[in-house]
Amino acid sequence: MEKTKLSMYQLYKDMLDNYLQSKSEHALYAAQQFSKEMMEKDMSPEEMVSLHMSVFQEMVPDLPEEVVDSFDLLLEVMIGYGLAYREHQSLRDRQQQLESELNVAAEMQQTLLPDEHIDAKGIDFGVISVPAGKMSGDYYHYIQDEHGCIGVAVADVIGKGVPAAMCMSMIKYAMESIPEQRLQPAALLESLNRVVERNIDSNMFITMVYGSYDPRDHRFYYAGAGHEPGFYYSASKDTFEELTTKGLVLGLSQKVTYEEYVKDVQPGDFFVLLSDGVTECRTEEDFIEREQITEMIRKYQHLPAQDIVNRVYRELEKMQDFQLRDDFTLLILKRDV
Amino acid sequence: MNLQIDIKENTNENLVSLSGEIDVYTVPKLKEELLPLTEEQNKNIIVDLSGVHYIDSTGLGVFIGALKSADQSGSHLKITGVNSRVRRLFTITGLDEVIDIEVNEREEA
Repeated sequence: MEKTKLSMYQLYKDMLDNYLQSKSEHALYAAQQFSKEMMEKDMSPEEMVSLHMSVFQEMVPDLPEEVVDSFDLLLEVMIGYGLAYREHQSLRDRQQQLESELNVAAEMQQTLLPDEHIDAKGIDFGVISVPAGKMSGDYYHYIQDEHGCIGVAVADVIGKGVPAAMCMSMIKYAMESIPEQRLQPAALLESLNRVVERNIDSNMFITMVYGSYDPRDHRFYYAGAGHEPGFYYSASKDTFEELTTKGLVLGLSQKVTYEEYVKDVQPGDFFVLLSDGVTECRTEEDFIEREQITEMIRKYQHLPAQDIVNRVYRELEKMQDFQLRDDFTLLILKRDV
Repeated sequence: MNLQIDIKENTNENLVSLSGEIDVYTVPKLKEELLPLTEEQNKNIIVDLSGVHYIDSTGLGVFIGALKSADQSGSHLKITGVNSRVRRLFTITGLDEVIDIEVNEREEA
């Protein structure tokens, strides 16, 4: 440390000397470099002032007393800055630590989502889910059983960030504990509701839509718990229809029943499930209307399902200046033509 | 965007008028002001949302918390002055079936 101080002393002296003689930009630039080095070596502002004073006194031995004394005052003032600087450094360290913890948690969260692909004959499937921050309060799920039946779900935990993400994992494990209801959307929501109600804080809730598709008779059964309605596209009519469901959000009261709906799915028909991060997109001035979403989907509907969701996401992201305000999940399940 | 909270306390009734946006940023303040009112015994709490044009899901959570707390203390929570956008949110989530909501007549007309 003493050695560093000594070399710093010499370095600063040369620099000051150089500047006083040349008054050049170049010398000032050297000072900028010097300050970076100081910070790396954890030198405080008051140490810097005191260094300046000793160097200067050596260079100009007969300084007026007032000048020398005035530096004591400056030194005192700089001590305050020094404390703030050290505090800032320790906050920065802590922030880095939190950030890396959060990164680990975010990676863990990713592993909760299904990663195998749906590879079913006659079905085209695509999903995209992007958190507003590091962690997501959205959850999506898809699964295929031995008969080729497909279960799909999108859930949205109130709020976002870490608390929402922690709830999301509860949904995942609760769903796994009731595999026999995978193909009964209403019964599944009723079971889930009971689990969520017991385990959730009084001003939290979860919304969810669950659908199951049976490729043998081409029927899509679905039920919703207070979730943002998705869409059903009918190829023969070439229209989008709201996939409205009636049912209370999960976690509010023990005894809730959900209604189950069914649609006959024709070739080319598809279902769009989404979270409110899609429909609640906001531009500078206004909200995005639901019709704008269906128009976007229509524009890309000739593409594979995964490309449709990717493109719609990219377009909406751009409309919001690449700043998502809420977690975003969009899922499409299509019967091939 | 901010949220203005105006509270008028009467003997049997607390009137809470809100204006602005109820979202993740303004929710802590609203919770702090609204929840104590719902803990009082046997009162009517009327929340007027005429000045509110946007509520997100965290905002809905506050009303759920308020509803539960009002039920426990034998009080009654009523929401008035919802515009069509806010009303849609209450309808989708099914909360219009459990919370007493008075529709803004002018908006409906």
